Amino acid sequence: MARLRDLAKKPSPLTSGHRACSGCAFPQVARQVLLAADTPVVVVIATGCMEVATTIFPYTAWQVPWMHCAFENAASTLSGIEAAYRALKKRGVLDKDIRFVAFGGDGGTYDIGLQALSGALERGHRLLYVCYDNQAYMNTGIQRSGATPTYAYTTTSPAGKVIPGKTQKRKDLTEIVVAHDIPYVAQSTPAHWNDLITKVQKALAVDGPSFINVLQPCRLGWTFEADMAIELARLAVDTCFWPLYEVVNGEYRLTYRPKEKKPIEEWLKLQRRFRHLFTPENRHLIDELQAEVDRKWERLLKKCGLA
Amino acid sequence: MSQVAKELMALTGNEAAAYAMRQINPDVVAAYPITPQTELMQTFAQYVADGLVDTELVTVESEHSAMSACVGAAAAGARTMTATSSQGLALMWEVLYIASGLRLPIVMCVINRALSAPINIHGDHSDAMGARDSGWIQLFCENAQEVYDNVLQAVRIAEEVFLPVMVNYDGFIISHGVEVVETLPKEVVQAFVGERKTPYKLLDVEHPITVGALDLQDYYMEHKRAQSEAMRTAMPTILKIGEDFEKLTGRRYEAIETYRLDDAELAIVALGSTCGTAKDAIDELRDEGLKAGLLKIRVFRPFPWKYIQTALRGKKAVAVMDRAEGMSAVGGPVFHEVRSCLYDLGDRPPIVNYIYGLGGRDVSIEDIKKVFNELVPIAETGKVEDFYRYLGVRE
Amino acid sequence: MKLTDRLHSWKELPIGGIIPEGGTSRAYKTGTWRTGKKPVWHPERCIQCLFCWIYCPDDAILVTEDGKRADFDYDYCKGCGICARECPAKPEKAIEMVDELR
Repeated sequence: MARLRDLAKKPSPLTSGHRACSGCAFPQVARQVLLAADTPVVVVIATGCMEVATTIFPYTAWQVPWMHCAFENAASTLSGIEAAYRALKKRGVLDKDIRFVAFGGDGGTYDIGLQALSGALERGHRLLYVCYDNQAYMNTGIQRSGATPTYAYTTTSPAGKVIPGKTQKRKDLTEIVVAHDIPYVAQSTPAHWNDLITKVQKALAVDGPSFINVLQPCRLGWTFEADMAIELARLAVDTCFWPLYEVVNGEYRLTYRPKEKKPIEEWLKLQRRFRHLFTPENRHLIDELQAEVDRKWERLLKKCGLA
Repeated sequence: MSQVAKELMALTGNEAAAYAMRQINPDVVAAYPITPQTELMQTFAQYVADGLVDTELVTVESEHSAMSACVGAAAAGARTMTATSSQGLALMWEVLYIASGLRLPIVMCVINRALSAPINIHGDHSDAMGARDSGWIQLFCENAQEVYDNVLQAVRIAEEVFLPVMVNYDGFIISHGVEVVETLPKEVVQAFVGERKTPYKLLDVEHPITVGALDLQDYYMEHKRAQSEAMRTAMPTILKIGEDFEKLTGRRYEAIETYRLDDAELAIVALGSTCGTAKDAIDELRDEGLKAGLLKIRVFRPFPWKYIQTALRGKKAVAVMDRAEGMSAVGGPVFHEVRSCLYDLGDRPPIVNYIYGLGGRDVSIEDIKKVFNELVPIAETGKVEDFYRYLGVRE
Repeated sequence: MKLTDRLHSWKELPIGGIIPEGGTSRAYKTGTWRTGKKPVWHPERCIQCLFCWIYCPDDAILVTEDGKRADFDYDYCKGCGICARECPAKPEKAIEMVDELR
């Protein structure tokens, strides 16, 4: 178990002066992931909030080697870096052990970057891909993505007089990654820092690809009070909307089970993107969302051998 | 001429490229199959499988990822190569600009092929011409020997000017035609390409750098100006490397090549395999008494305007051959640039454009002779009625 | 040459748009973003759990060399209040958000 006091002695991998929104939660994801590493890390980031807010030339908040290439290709760019690392080691011009981490938002991972991610996982590069999933294209102004939950308002799935937000289901990227049969896959959140850090350490220890899907509440896109990001990540887990689990060599394990499963409504009501559901004519949609959470939770428990 | 022992080999253009890559022994090659490039990567993959190279071959899931992996590898300090054609180059388009903007010395063989639609797998220059403003140095080859030679030189060019280099050769015509290629011993190639040079070191974990930062209104223009300077000043380095190569092989490589052009009155300008056909046509026309000559563009980027201007000065008529339809409605891309660089000449030759050879349409000696014959009345009158012409199309 | 000290000409820039050193963003003070509230730390109530440090988006909580919480770094604190909300100290939180006049 990581001790914060030990982590706090490390140099900050993502320092102050970056321009993420006040109350954002992606910096905590990046810091927790990188603080977990005991071996030097090289980072590649897909185009998105985490990239634009942290590196506005000549200002960079990163204190680790860092690279951005484009939106859909963080995984393939990092593949090339990892291949170069192996080649340079083989040639004897590099002797250090280095680990490789990619960060991509849900747009850059679930949608436009899915092919590059799948290819990198299939090829077996030793890299960790962390998706910071804020459930929409937040960087371009809150457009719907494959990760946007059903009935959420976004600027391209607005709630209107006849359509109550996004009517399609959320893509389950974690399960798609599991289907690649890679050594380590997990879900976590920055609220569960010890869970996330432990998972990163496990991921970096495997000799092959690993993937962690991290739910990152977005103050702007989900629309909540500035101090609520961590609490909303916690509630997503306690309502079983975003279970904390890991899949190690194909074996499922729940890493945290809420003592009491909270109703999804408790999570929804704190976010303005779901506000349109709290009208008399739309309340049945909340019931529908609850049924969906229950169905997926039961399915996960079965996979974990807990049903 | 040097004393280096050379070996004559019967190779296709693709095999010549693969053999050059084997002797270069790059750190990373990332590639995706596409006709007519595929044979190159198959040959190279066999070298990897047989342990003849130390290369990490990254068999990506698309050309977009191929170029992305190359960008990552080159930023990490690896000598990095790839190859593609047509739709593959088109799919890379976004990342081409990133490779050049980040000043990464990647070398890529582009086995030129037509672009869809309609889908066509044969040779023309639509792919490379679409990438002409992507910040890559572009070399064009006339035959398999030039493929081998240009690939070797490209590695040094890329690493001395810190710009990526495309080595272009015509799909099927060059890529699949077997020719005798004179090759150098591996150790000579190794000495020629030299130690790897990298613009920066992403893997230096003690000195973390940020690559690919967001650049806003206050710096984007300065970065583009700096990148432009690299292209503007690249030519002397390209020529110097050509001289070094000539010392090894006796084969001369310059920005342009001229064939019987000095005393010619009629000139055509072309790139790629057509230049070989044109040389034969010119020999026949000369025998017939027509003062015909060729200007072959080897280095298309940076555009060798000064050399072209000098070579075409005083000609009575010029035809520019475009193996790509630029769809500008006023002629092909090579035509525009050649015509533009003649603007400052007081005595400008009349100039016409021929769109030809699209989708692998055959270009014969007779076709080239037809072009010269159509230049005759232009040279006599000094007048051009229709400058935007097609060669070898059914009307 | 410090890249952040003034606007530079194209001739002075590192190749390829890179930033040749880490952490230069510290030259950009985000503390001015606070709009009305700032966190105040009460060391006497602090239990040194460091939750505020791990949950701060802005690396605006200083720690000592031996890994103990020190004061806020108001040059960078954007005033979101996550630290105060997450502070578990009882009976009174060790962090409170107070009005700040600007």
